[in-house]
Amino acid sequence: MLMRALSMRRAVAAVILALTTLLPCLAARAMSPELIHELAFGENDAKIKALGALVAADDPKALPLLQALVDGEVQTAGNRQVLLVKGDNATDAVTGAVVAPLPESRDDVVINNRVRREIAGAIAALKLAAPDRAVRLAGVKALQGGADEDMLPAVKHALAKESDAEIRGLLELTRATIQLGSSDRATRIAAIRALAVSNDVSTKTLLLVVLGKKGDAWAEPDGDIRAEAEKSLRSVEGRLSTGEMVGRVFSGLSLGSVLLLAALGLAITYGLMGVINMAHGELIMVGAYATYFVQNLFRSYAPAAFDWYLVAALPAAFAASALIGMVMERTVIRFLYGRPLETLLATWGISLILIQAVRTLFGAQNVQVENPVWMSGGITVFANSVLPYSRIVIIGFAAAVLTMVWLLLTRTRLGLFVRGVTQNRQMAAALGVPTSRVDTFAFGLGSGIAGLAGCALSQLGNVGPDLGQSYIVDSFMVVVLGGVGQLAGTVYAGLGLGIANKFLEAWSGVVLAKIAVLVFIIVFIQKRPQGLFALKGRMAEG
Amino acid sequence: MSETMHSAVDTGVANAAQIGMRLAGPAVDTTHGPILYLEGITVSFDGFRALDDLSLTIEDGELRCIIGPNGAGKTTMMDVITGKTRPDAGTAFFGQTIDLSTLTEAEIAHAGIGRKFQKPTVFEQHSVFENLELAMKTDKRVRGTLSARFSSTDLDRIAETLALIQLGNSADRAAGLLSHGQKQWLEIGMLLMQEPRLLLLDEPVAGMTDDETMRTAELCQTLAGRHSVIVVEHDMDFIAKIARKVTVLHEGSVLAEGPMDVVQADPRVIEVYLGR
Amino acid sequence: MNATIPLRLRTALNAPVHPVLTRRGWIAFIVAAYVLFVLVPSAHLLLPANHPMHLSEYFVTLTGKIMCYAIVALAMDLIWGYAGILSLGHGLFFALGGYAMGMYLMRSIGGEGVYHSDLPDFMVFLDWKTYPWYWSFTDHFAYAAALVVLVPGVLAFVFGYFAFRSRIKGVYFSIITQALTYAFMLLFFRNDTGFGGNNGFTDFKRILGFPITAPSTRVALFAATGVAMLGALVLCRWIVQSKVGRVLTAIRDAESRVMFIGYNPLYYKLAVWTLSAVLCGIAGALYVPQVGIINPGEMSPANSIEIAIWVAVGGRGSLVGAILGAFLVNGAKSWFTQAFPEFWLFFLGLIFIVVTLFLPRGVVGLFSRKRS
Repeated sequence: MLMRALSMRRAVAAVILALTTLLPCLAARAMSPELIHELAFGENDAKIKALGALVAADDPKALPLLQALVDGEVQTAGNRQVLLVKGDNATDAVTGAVVAPLPESRDDVVINNRVRREIAGAIAALKLAAPDRAVRLAGVKALQGGADEDMLPAVKHALAKESDAEIRGLLELTRATIQLGSSDRATRIAAIRALAVSNDVSTKTLLLVVLGKKGDAWAEPDGDIRAEAEKSLRSVEGRLSTGEMVGRVFSGLSLGSVLLLAALGLAITYGLMGVINMAHGELIMVGAYATYFVQNLFRSYAPAAFDWYLVAALPAAFAASALIGMVMERTVIRFLYGRPLETLLATWGISLILIQAVRTLFGAQNVQVENPVWMSGGITVFANSVLPYSRIVIIGFAAAVLTMVWLLLTRTRLGLFVRGVTQNRQMAAALGVPTSRVDTFAFGLGSGIAGLAGCALSQLGNVGPDLGQSYIVDSFMVVVLGGVGQLAGTVYAGLGLGIANKFLEAWSGVVLAKIAVLVFIIVFIQKRPQGLFALKGRMAEG
Repeated sequence: MSETMHSAVDTGVANAAQIGMRLAGPAVDTTHGPILYLEGITVSFDGFRALDDLSLTIEDGELRCIIGPNGAGKTTMMDVITGKTRPDAGTAFFGQTIDLSTLTEAEIAHAGIGRKFQKPTVFEQHSVFENLELAMKTDKRVRGTLSARFSSTDLDRIAETLALIQLGNSADRAAGLLSHGQKQWLEIGMLLMQEPRLLLLDEPVAGMTDDETMRTAELCQTLAGRHSVIVVEHDMDFIAKIARKVTVLHEGSVLAEGPMDVVQADPRVIEVYLGR
Repeated sequence: MNATIPLRLRTALNAPVHPVLTRRGWIAFIVAAYVLFVLVPSAHLLLPANHPMHLSEYFVTLTGKIMCYAIVALAMDLIWGYAGILSLGHGLFFALGGYAMGMYLMRSIGGEGVYHSDLPDFMVFLDWKTYPWYWSFTDHFAYAAALVVLVPGVLAFVFGYFAFRSRIKGVYFSIITQALTYAFMLLFFRNDTGFGGNNGFTDFKRILGFPITAPSTRVALFAATGVAMLGALVLCRWIVQSKVGRVLTAIRDAESRVMFIGYNPLYYKLAVWTLSAVLCGIAGALYVPQVGIINPGEMSPANSIEIAIWVAVGGRGSLVGAILGAFLVNGAKSWFTQAFPEFWLFFLGLIFIVVTLFLPRGVVGLFSRKRS
C-alpha cells in the first residue's frame, strides 16, 4: 500500500528503483559517451532517463559530472563536446582530457527544477551505492537533515544491500524520517509502528521529535498518531533500557570477574596467611608476560596451533608467578611473619625489582598479546549491546578458578594444612604439619593464581610493566571490603565492586566512578572495619 | 534525685580538692552501697552466648572472687565492665549514676575502673618509671599531657608505688626486661597509680612463684576496703587465701554465690567445676 | 600503706629530664644552621663560578629539594616511628601543599603566559572564562599560605577522625590511606578538576614579586626551607620528648593498655596525624617554587611508599634518622638516575628489602649499636 502511494507520486523515482534492481548489466555501459551526451543535449525527459541509467550503473565516477551539473559548471561546445568548466580550466567530460584553449562559443547546460531534483537524488543514490564506506557514510549523513520522499526508493535500495551496521542504522533512520514526514496519515502511522520493533538509540530521538512541541503547538497535530508514537517510543525505550541494562550488568560482571581473579590470590596470601604482598600486582604482570612469551613461541615455532596457545600459556603463567612467589616467601617474607608493615615495605621493594626486570627483559613499551580467533567477536544481544567472547570466556574462567581454589582449600590435604596453620600455627606444628613448607606452598598458590589473572588480563588489554600497579589498589580494596579470610566475601566484593563501578561510570564517567567507589570503601570500612563477612567476637580479636 | 546528684557533685569536688591538681573523673555515687551493678547482661558472638542474662552486684570496698570453668564468660564480663564489649542486652552501672554502656574505654578508666589483663600488658619499651608515670591519675587529654610536669607529689606517689610493687631498683629498666611475675606486679602498680575505685584483676597470679603469689594475696587484701576489687582466678589456693565472697560463673550466668566453703559445697558447682 | 614504704626510696627519685635537645644536639643544630644560612648561600652567591668552593645552582636546588623531602620524612617519622601508624598518604598531603602554593605562583604569572591571558594557560586551553570558585583569593600570598596549612590539615583531620574513631589500624590504615591518595591522584589527573590535569602547574615566573629563577630568590627559598626543616625538627623533638611522645610510643606498643589507663588514643593519633600532614603541606609548598613544577604524579602511591623507606633507611623513631635517610636515599637517587638510570629501581627495591630484613633500626641504629 505504501509502495503504491509512492509510485503514484514519483513515478520516475520508481523507475530508478526498477532499473537499479533489474538491470545490473548496465554497469558495463557506465558513463558511456551516449549517456553524457544525453545529459548535456537531451530534453528533460531524456535527461531523466539518462540519470536513471547512470544510477542503475552504480558507477561513482558519475558523481563529479552530476555535481558539476548541479553547480552549473557543465557547458557544451558545438554539437558533440561536453565540457566541465571551472574558472578558466576545462576538461572533456567524456575523455577527461584537458581542453585548452577554451572554445570560443560555449553554451551552459540549463536544467530546470525537476531535473535538478532528479540529479540531487541521483547523486545521493550514487553515494549510497559507492563501494567506499566513507563515501557511503558521507552520503547517508548528508541525507540526515533534508531527505524528502524523493529519496525513499534509493534509501530502500541501499538498505537492501548495505551490510555496515552504522550506515544501516543511519539509512533506517532516514527511511523512517522520510515516512514520518509523509502527508499521508496511514503512512505515518505505519512508519511509527514499524519503528516500534527497532532497538536503535536513534529511533528514540526520532519518536521524541514526533511527540515534541513546536512552540505551543504539537509537532504532530493528530492525537492518534501521537498515541501510536507514544506506544512505539515506550516499546523502543523498554528494549533499549533492557539492552543497556544487560550491557552494563555484563560489563560489570566482566570487570568484577577481573577484579575477582586479581583478588583471589590475595585472598589466600593476605586473607588467609596475613601476608601483605604489595608485589601481587607484579605477579599478575609476570603472568601476563608469561602469556606473551608463550604466544611468541607459538607464533615462531607452531603457527598452525596458534589458536590454542592459551592452553600452554595458562600453566606457564601459573608456574612463572608461583615460582617467583615461592622464592619471595623463602627469601624475604618468611623472616617478616608477624610484622605486616615491614612485609608491606619489603614486598614493595620486590615489586620495584620485578617491574625493572621486566623492563630490562622486554622493554618499557607495552607488548601486544593477541586473542585467539575463537575469542574474538561477540554475541549481539541488542543493537546497543554486544557481549565480546573474550569477556565471556574470562567470566567463565574466573568462575572455574574460584571453584578450583575453593575445592583446593576445602577438599585437599594442602587446603586442610593451610587452614590449620593459619588458625593455630603451634598446634599445627605440634601435630606434625610441616608449617614452613605449607607457608611456601600456600604463598606459591596465591601467587600462581595471580599469574592466571595476568594471563586473563592479557586477553583484555595492554600488557606493560606497569600493568600490576593499576590492579594492586583495586585488589586490596576487594579483599578489605570482602573481609579477611573469607573467600565468599572476596567473591561478593569483587563482583559487587565491578558492577557498582560500571553503573556509576554510566552515570558519572570513568574517573569519578572510580573515585566514588574508593570513597565508598573508605566510608564502608569506617562502619565495618572487618569487612562484609567478618568473623565477630573473640576469634576476630586474636 | 537532685539530692543524690548534689551529693555526687559534692564528693567529686571534695575528691578533687583532696588530690590537689589532679582531675577528678565523674564522681561515683555509692550512697546505696554497691559500686557496680550488672543486670541482665547478655553478649553473643555469632550465636554463641558468652554472657547469658548475667546479674551481679559488687559492694563498695568489697573483694570479690570470680571463678568458673573456661568459657564461663569471666573475661567477657570484664570486657563489658571496661567498655571493650558492648552488651546486646542488660545494663551496667558504675555507682548509681554512671551508665558504663555509654562510655568509651578511656572514659571508664577515667571514671575509676582499672583493669589488669589476663596476659600482663605493660609498655615494654618504656622504663618501669615511665609505665607508672603514664598510668598516674592526671589530666589525660592531649593538651594537658603536652605540658605535663612532675610535681613532688607525683614523684612521691611513683616512689610509693615502686616500693609497694618492689621494683624500686628497677625504675629505669625497660619494662620488657622484667620477669613475668614482675610484669604482673608492674601492671598492678599501674592500676594503683590510676587511683581507681574499682579494680578488675584478671588472673593476677598466673606465672608467679609461690612467694610472689603470697605477696599478691596480701596486696589484694590490703587493697580491699580502700578500693573495690574483683579478682578472676583459676588458682584455688590463691582464692581460698583471699576470698571473702565467691561468685561462680557457668555458661555466661551466675551459678552460685557465697562464702568459699559454702560455694565449694554446692553440688551444682562441684558438678560443673570442682568435681571431676 | 605509707608505713610500709622505706624512706630512702622516696627520696631516691628525681624528676626525669627530657630536654628538647642535648648540649651536643644544640651544638650540632647551630652548626647546621650556620652551614644552611651562611656557608651555602655565600658559596653560591659570592664565590665566582670557577672558584673550587663555589656551589652550583644544581647543588643548591637539589639540596633545597631534599630538605623539603627531609621535612616530609620528619613528619612520617613522627606518625610512623613514634605512633606506629604507617601512612601511605603523605605524598598526598605534600602535593596538596604544593598545589596550594602552585595556585599562588600560577596567578603571579599574570598575563605572561603563552596566551597572554589573566587565566593560566591550561584554563585558556579548556576555554574557561573565569577562575573557578576555589581559586578565589589565591592571588594573595597570605591566603595561599593559609591554604598550604589548612587543606592538608583539614583533610587529614577529617579522614583521621573517622579512621581512628573506627579503630582502623595497622595495614588496614596503610591501605586505606593509599586508596585515598590514589583517588586524589585520579581526581587531579582530570582536566575538569581545574588544576591543570596531568601537566599540573609549571612555568612560574615570580614569587612575592621576585623573579623565581634568580640566584638570590633561590638562595632565599633554600634558606626558608632550611628554617622550616630545623624548625620542624625542634618541634617534633619537643613533642616526642614530652609526655605526649611517651603516650604515642605507648599507643604504638600496647594501644589497649593505653585506653584502659584512661587515655583516648583517638585524640593523640589525630593530633599527631594532623600535625604530620601539615608539615608535609609546608614541605610541598617550599618544594614547588624550587623545583618549578607540581603535577599529579606527586600523588602516585609509589611516591608515598618511598617516603617510608627514607625513614626506615635513616632509622625509625629517631627524627635525625629521618633527615639522614631522606638525604641518603634521595642523594643516591639523583646520582643513580644520572649514572645508571636503568638500575635505580633495582637499587631502590633492594634498599626496601635489605633495610626491613637487616637494618630494622636503620643507619642511626647501626651507629648507636657500635657505640654501646
